[in-house]
This record gives sequence, C-alpha cells and structure tokens, in this order.
Amino acid sequence: MALLSKKDAKLITDPLADNNPITIQVLGICSALAITAELNASLVMAVSVIFVLGVGNVVISLMRNIIPSKIRIIVQLIVVAALVIIVDLVLKAFAYELSKTLSVFIGLIITNCIIMGRFEAFALANGPWRAFLDGVGNALGYGIILIIVGFFRELLGSGTLFGIPVLGDPIAKTGLYAFGYENNGFMIMPPMALIVVGLIIWVQRSKNEALIEEN
Amino acid sequence: MEKRTDKNSYTILFAIGMVLVVGSLLAFAASSLRGKIDENKRLEKQQNILYAMGVNENDESSATFVSTDKAPEAFSKYISKQLVIQDGKALEDENAYLIDVKKEQTLAKEGSYVRRLPLFVGVKDDKTFYIVPIRGKGLWDAIWAYVALDKDMIVQGVFFDHKGETAGLGANINKRFFMDDFIGEHLMAAGTFKGINVIKGNADPLNKDKTDNEVDAIAGATITGNGVSAMLKSELKLYVPYFKTLKTN
Repeated sequence: MALLSKKDAKLITDPLADNNPITIQVLGICSALAITAELNASLVMAVSVIFVLGVGNVVISLMRNIIPSKIRIIVQLIVVAALVIIVDLVLKAFAYELSKTLSVFIGLIITNCIIMGRFEAFALANGPWRAFLDGVGNALGYGIILIIVGFFRELLGSGTLFGIPVLGDPIAKTGLYAFGYENNGFMIMPPMALIVVGLIIWVQRSKNEALIEEN
Repeated sequence: MEKRTDKNSYTILFAIGMVLVVGSLLAFAASSLRGKIDENKRLEKQQNILYAMGVNENDESSATFVSTDKAPEAFSKYISKQLVIQDGKALEDENAYLIDVKKEQTLAKEGSYVRRLPLFVGVKDDKTFYIVPIRGKGLWDAIWAYVALDKDMIVQGVFFDHKGETAGLGANINKRFFMDDFIGEHLMAAGTFKGINVIKGNADPLNKDKTDNEVDAIAGATITGNGVSAMLKSELKLYVPYFKTLKTN
C-alpha cells in the first residue's frame, strides 16, 4: 500500500510545479526577493516556512468549525503570530545560536502571504491531515524556488555556494577568475531576484504543457 | 438559516476567549523561558568580548566563539579588570559587562545624566587589550560591536553583530572577511581621533594600508556600512580621554 493515497499525494506534488505558490500564484514574492542573496539563508527560510505552514494549517483546520467567519482573518493572523513567537522563544532558550541566524526570518514568516493564503483557501475547508499535507506541499514548493534563486544569485553574485568559494579566489585571481571572469555584483541586489524568478516562470510556462495558454 | 458561528454574541465571545487563551499561552512561555534566555544572552556577551581579544575557536574562514560551557571560565581567566568610566573617573566593577549600552545611550540623551562607559581589560600572551562595547544603527535595526584596542587605540580585534540586517548583505558584518579587515587599523590620525570609515571604492581593497582610517565596504550594504562608521566614530570617541590617561601614566 502506498504511504499516501493518490489524492493526498497530489496535495504535496501539485504545489511543487503545476501550482507553485511563487511562480504560478505569485505569492510570497517579498521574502523570496529579500533573503535569497545566499543559499544558506534560502534553506533556513524554507525549513522555517515548512514548519510554520504545516503546523499552522493543522491548527486552523482543527478550529475550522468554531471560527466565526466575520473575524476569521484576524484569528488566522493570531494563530500564525502566536506560533512564530513561541518557536522564537523556544529557540532562544534552547538553541540560541540557531535563533540568531533565524531572527531575521521569524518576522518575515508572519507576513508571508502564502501562509494566510493556505489558511484561507485550504485549511478552513479541510481536515487536519489533508491540511498538513497541503501546508507542507506549498511550503516545499516555495522552498524549491527559494533555493533555485539562492543558488544562482550566490553563484553568480559572490562565486560561492553555502559560503564556500567554488569558482576560485576573486582577489588572488585563481580558478575561473584567472581567465578574466568577474562576479556580477548586481546579482546580490534584490531586483535581480525578481528577474531570476521571472526567468524561472518563463522556463516553466514554456515547458509545462498544463500551463501553456491558448490565445 | 443563520449558522451558530455567525451570531454577533458568539463572535465576541470567541474573540475574548481567543485573546485569553493565546495571551496566557504566550505569557506563560515568555516567563518560563526568561531565565534561560537571559543566561544565554549573558554568556553571549562573554563570548563576544573574548572573541574581540582573540580568544576564540576560529578556523581558516569561519568565526567561532569559545563554547558556551567554557565561556565563564575563559572570561575570568583572560579578563583581568572590568572598569566603568563615568565623568572621567575609572572605577572597577566586576559586573561592568552587564551594563546595557542601549540604556546608557538613551539616558544620556535626556540631558544631565553622565553615561557610564564600560571597558574591559584583557591579558593574553602578555599583551594587554582594552575592549570596548559600542552600539549604533544599521539599516533596519540595531548594530553593535566589541572592539579590542591597544593603548595607542590601534584595533587588535573586533566583533560586529546586528539585530536584523539583510541576510547576505548587511548581515555579513559579522563575517570574518569584514571583521578581520579592521585588525591593525588606526583610530587616530596624527594625534587626533578620526575613527575608521567603511568606504566604497576604496583604493586599498586588500587593506594593506593600516593608517588610512579606511576599510573596504561590503557591496550592497551601504547603509549598514555607514552605520558601522558612524558607530565607531561617535562611540569610541568617548573613550579617547581614558586612553590619553593611559599614555601619561
């Protein structure tokens, strides 16, 4: 027996490509632009969002029948904010080093529109298990794009990956730099993230038949 | 038919209940973890101070502190004296490192208050370091540093940190490639205090000239870099009189 039914598996796989939150729904762009200058930060942000969106979706789903519809948005906000603050406090107490690396992202997670989007569109109408899968799936789809963008920006902008030089030393002119190659400082600026995301969307739309629109 | 959850009375009760539950949950979490968090912050200060004077576990490229369990021991071993300078007088205070620089800065702004300036004297391999904690503003939030100086105000080591600078850009001020550039830089120029400027388009990117009062900036982090320059200038200036007394004695 498969671990997940076909329908459940689709909840995870769909957001990875065909219904990716960044490239198709164009949500969560703000954080995708801000923190992808290096791969490490992209990875940390991806993991944080997987956690918050997975757990948050379950909490909202469990509360879905008792949340008054008039104030549901504010309830969702409180849930995600409370969750994020608790995670932050626990990290500060038990994993201080990690919490220092994460501190920038903690605030950004609350404002990530993917989280509110999934609460509103999915968790409010589905059971906890399916909501969990949907949360993890969407966060993975978000994370993949973050890591792709981070990979190109760090490689072309700083010549490193995860902070490790891969193209040689730009100052001592070794490796690729010996042939006159230069880092493109422009890549580490936020606007270039937008262009990289645009290129990903372009490639995806031209390759994926499900997404090709007829005119 | 109207659903039960659509009623105004239900909505209000739900909101009150939610506030109570979430509020007490957060209050409980915050107060039960406070002790541990404060302890972590205290150890971090010790690690930062030690890092600046060269007591650390750095390998070739990364910046690594002495581990938290060894920090208190190393701190009492290497830091020989802690001073508080107020109104030109330097008094010993074994808890000077716990002085909140931010609080002192705010109090000093309000007029008559004379700032207490903490200074730590460390000795390692027969060399004396004067370590100074400073604090300033980056692009998004606070930045701070521990600067280890010798008696001529030449930088011997520095540790920068920040609260929320942009990852990959301003946040890199706590990376070795930036911090190590400060080592050996002079704060004085021809007998007067000049500070160290973090400068773009520096003619000396390899940082061989240590007396130019300049280090190379991080691309894409102009405002954070300016914040670092401003912090070094305004804060370290306050210590100049103390260093003058060191020379005359």
